[in-house]
Amino acid sequence: MNASSIPRGRKEMRLINTLLAATASGLLLAGAAQAKTLVYCSEGSPEGFDPAPWTSGTTFDAASRTVYDRLIEFQKGSTETEPGLAESWEVSEDGTEITFHLRPGVKFQTTAYFTPTRDMNADDVVFTFMRQFDKESPWYEYAPGIAWEYFNSTMASSLKEIVKVDDMTVKFVLNRPDATVLATFPMDFASIVSKEYADQLEAAGTREQFNVLPVGTGPFTFVDYQQDAVIRYQANPEWWNGKQAIDDLIFAITVDAGVRQQKLVAGECDIIPYPNPADIDGLKGNADLNVMQQEGFNIGYLAYNTLMPPFDKPEVRKALNKAINKHAIIEAVFQGVGTAAVAPLPPTSWAFNDSLTDDPYDPEAAKAELEAAGVTDLSMKIWAMPVQRPYNPNARRMAELLQADFAAVGVKVEIISMEWGEYLAQSSAKDRDGAVLLGWTGDNADPDNFLGVLLGCDAVGANNRAQWCHQPYEDLIQKAKTIFAQEERKPLYDEAQVIFKEQAPWATIAHSIATVPMRANVTGFAQDPVGIHRFVGVDKTE
Amino acid sequence: MLRFILNRLLLIVPTFIGITLVAFLFIRLLPGDPVILMAGERGVSPERHAELMAQFGFDQPLLKQYADYVVGLLHGDFGYSFSTKKPVLSEFMARFPATLELALCAIVLATVLGVAAGILSAIRRGSWIDQATMGVALVGYSMPIFWWALLLIIFFSTTLGWTPVSGRISLTQFFPSVTGFMLIDSLLAGKPAAFWSAVHHLILPTIVLATIPLAVIARQTRSAMLEVLGEVYIMTAKSKGLAQRRVIWLHALRNALIPVVTTIGLQVSVLMGGAILTETIFSWPGIGKWMIDSISRRDYQVVQGGLLLIAAVVMVVNLTVDLLYGLINPRVRHR
Amino acid sequence: MSATDDPHLGTAEQEPLGPPPISPLRENWRYFLANRGAVIGLVVIALMVLTAIFAPLIAPHDPTAQFRDALLVPPAWTDKGRPEFLLGTDALGRDILSRLIFGARYSLAIGLVVVTLALVSGILVGLVAGYFGGWIDGLIMRVMDIILAFPSLLLALVLVAIIGPGLFNAMLAIAVVLQPHFARLTRGAVMAEKHREYVTSARVAGAGTLRLMLVTILPNCLGPLIVQATLSFSNAILDAAALGFLGMGAQPPTPEWGTMLAEAREFITSAWWVVTMPGIAILVTVLAINLIGDGLRDTLDPKLKRS
Repeated sequence: MNASSIPRGRKEMRLINTLLAATASGLLLAGAAQAKTLVYCSEGSPEGFDPAPWTSGTTFDAASRTVYDRLIEFQKGSTETEPGLAESWEVSEDGTEITFHLRPGVKFQTTAYFTPTRDMNADDVVFTFMRQFDKESPWYEYAPGIAWEYFNSTMASSLKEIVKVDDMTVKFVLNRPDATVLATFPMDFASIVSKEYADQLEAAGTREQFNVLPVGTGPFTFVDYQQDAVIRYQANPEWWNGKQAIDDLIFAITVDAGVRQQKLVAGECDIIPYPNPADIDGLKGNADLNVMQQEGFNIGYLAYNTLMPPFDKPEVRKALNKAINKHAIIEAVFQGVGTAAVAPLPPTSWAFNDSLTDDPYDPEAAKAELEAAGVTDLSMKIWAMPVQRPYNPNARRMAELLQADFAAVGVKVEIISMEWGEYLAQSSAKDRDGAVLLGWTGDNADPDNFLGVLLGCDAVGANNRAQWCHQPYEDLIQKAKTIFAQEERKPLYDEAQVIFKEQAPWATIAHSIATVPMRANVTGFAQDPVGIHRFVGVDKTE
Repeated sequence: MLRFILNRLLLIVPTFIGITLVAFLFIRLLPGDPVILMAGERGVSPERHAELMAQFGFDQPLLKQYADYVVGLLHGDFGYSFSTKKPVLSEFMARFPATLELALCAIVLATVLGVAAGILSAIRRGSWIDQATMGVALVGYSMPIFWWALLLIIFFSTTLGWTPVSGRISLTQFFPSVTGFMLIDSLLAGKPAAFWSAVHHLILPTIVLATIPLAVIARQTRSAMLEVLGEVYIMTAKSKGLAQRRVIWLHALRNALIPVVTTIGLQVSVLMGGAILTETIFSWPGIGKWMIDSISRRDYQVVQGGLLLIAAVVMVVNLTVDLLYGLINPRVRHR
Repeated sequence: MSATDDPHLGTAEQEPLGPPPISPLRENWRYFLANRGAVIGLVVIALMVLTAIFAPLIAPHDPTAQFRDALLVPPAWTDKGRPEFLLGTDALGRDILSRLIFGARYSLAIGLVVVTLALVSGILVGLVAGYFGGWIDGLIMRVMDIILAFPSLLLALVLVAIIGPGLFNAMLAIAVVLQPHFARLTRGAVMAEKHREYVTSARVAGAGTLRLMLVTILPNCLGPLIVQATLSFSNAILDAAALGFLGMGAQPPTPEWGTMLAEAREFITSAWWVVTMPGIAILVTVLAINLIGDGLRDTLDPKLKRS
């Protein structure tokens, strides 16, 4: 947000602050070392700075992962969780109550527009969730059209009520045992906001500011946002986990991937996300840079319509899977930065079954099996998405390769594409003609987010693009959902993946590899499997 | 003269109403809708879809939506962005200075260089200077500017390292935004280093955006000069024995510039189009990029408001040019 | 892009003129040939037309054939180049030279189709507006004003988004945004011509409205229209390439040059040839057409020696 849209009094205040800061840093310069600045060249503008209403990773990086904390956090670089603003939590015997014990002495940030008078407590936690849950809350729709999509699609259906037990204890009561709820607390919509700040804005009649000038408890304090250009943060000196080593964090919004990469090479950026796959080899060869890579928490797939003959026969689907040269796809579409997908879950998930083997690439066998299944002269459609996604950087190119692969086993393919909104809507239809290229990036670390959301019976006609409802599989994943202990869930998911492999509703194509190139003097950065970029513990050596 | 101005102003009203209608209908004719696109792969239930569409009044009959929109416009309300939930007007104003700063720099560069090159060519008609200048102008005129931008970045930024790759100003420079123009704000803040940084960042995008107008203006100036130089009264002036230089400057230039002014005005629309490509490539935080993104997100109210505001800018400039033209060329206004 | 826009300008310029004398074709041709640039342009375009027609004979490879063992091979004259791929290959191992050769077909077709559509519709609309005047003229010209009030690329972009990305739809959209230039030009000329004596005498002699418009008046405004058509030809190619670059034009694997550029953009630092070659092809074609356009303008319409 440009300063021009901030009330005038504020602008002057900010000017004074800037001047004060300038004087202060001038004084400091005399003695101490220069302030450390880390520049992250991000891929787009955040939609807003309230962490809850938004759904894009770009906004999560810019708003929730910098300014805010959550009750439970992902461990750095892992899908395992660790305590955040909650020091501990316990689940009741019947699995319907989750009680959090809050961390004492956590301070909200002091900014030019807000000075907290109390520490974070249960009121803030209750407010954080109730404003998304309670339709009567004045904050439920505090700006035109604001909506709580992530809360609604994850926690809402199982949540009964939120109870403030005492100042430091909050209890979430569920209407049925649901282990997936626990997995949603590290998500961005569950970032804890300040009730005191909200009350102050409400009294001043400027509620919209909640989304423009954020206040949280997190490692970095928001300073300024120039629309579509730069977001500035300072290290929060009072962060409960200690002040960060870098003093200033800057998000320089750089939409074009080629430009990001050039700015990194030129030293204008310290870290960039999403480089062009074609540039990665060049970046790796640059001694000034350090390129980190990790399998992304995503899956790109080709979903057959299992309701339509001949794709209702598993033999046909399996035969076609054998005709696909995944290696060629990974070379030409992912430029080598992807791995062939064996299961619908990414290998970085704790529930991934690593004893599975993939269907071999064997056109001869595929041809024979198709004939054995009585399928000759098959012609089919393949849907190619019109947009670029991490799990599929170029669906059109992938479809062209599949076309050539299927032609080799005597199957004619017509590639069709349409506008993205239409594509999403029409590909969900049960009577859809053809196989669809699509994919998924995990919202959270729970395996149900892949195995249930994309392949469960409830999702037929919606997210289940294969329209696949297979009872033995469904029973397993439904049972796993009600169990909280990971070690008890794992065998159920292992078996579910075996069934998936036998039934082959999809051709699992690839998991993209997330690449984060950075200057060689950047230390302490770790890639998060779920695809967020956060800068806790990052430092720069000279 | 007054009648001429009134006439032009009256013509603007129906055009403007037409533009509101076009902007309104266009975005609603696009396949897909903002809710489906925002939900992406996660999908949205039909009930939730209806609820969200209703929040913005998109469930109303088109006629009602249009009426609400026009009533809003009359109150200065351009609606809200679906994706950021902020008022369209404030979103526009936050980005417009960036586009304006770039466009103004481009038009100044194009005019100064273009007029100079045109005059030089006309004076030296047929010489190698003339041929070289016009050759270069023709190449510039034929340039696919998105490709040209990529070449310039490869050469000046990546290979030579002379200019920054993108952005408006060095990230180490930070000062309060007053006017939204980096060049002015940096000076207001008393930071010459920031000013030079802003200049540095402006160079490549300005060159790219100025390329086609520069070529057009150079060619136009040359032709206009030649035409005027050929006219009788110049001959008369010459025969009176005035120095050749005086002839050129006093008579020819003034008359030749009349069509050039029109050309410059017409280039504003071209610049707005070029801004879409230039801003995309240089990550310039202006309205061109914003419009493209909003179209792809089906952000109805942003696209209709943005189209309307852009058309308004183009029309105001065209009107000014028209009036200016009527002012300096009396032949027109009596028609 | 410039010579046309203002009706006042057009008519003001027209007024002191009599109907331009229709000079014999041969004399025009000789005049045209005296213009060196125009001749060069004509030769280049002629070569391109031949290339387009005989593309399957000239191209060394099938433009869509994927050589899976030859992804992103650099041009033949570089160290890692291979002689069978003169200009190198793209990300799917397709021969760039062959794609450029076939791409000539698309670019020329784009120019032809767009100009034909814009010219025919623009002339009709302009004739009607100019001949009938009054509220018909007012309405038509307001519609043209509306179209011209939007930056043409932006308008084309929205139009294509509505009717769906694709080569033909892109051509339609570009024709729509180029058409008002023809309409305004025709209208201006018709308004200037319609009260002249030769028109009046034709009317007195009993010529019908249609005949008056098409046979009597139109031939006398052809010069500027031809010039504008040439300009539009190059604009059409540029705009189509820009739409392709923004992903709204021809869809892959069509070897259209703008689309090739869009696909190549990710290789800007790693494989320069994929980016450079289609751009050069576009530039050369547009340049050649503009040279011809300049030559035609000097020949046909000495009064319009501008832009």
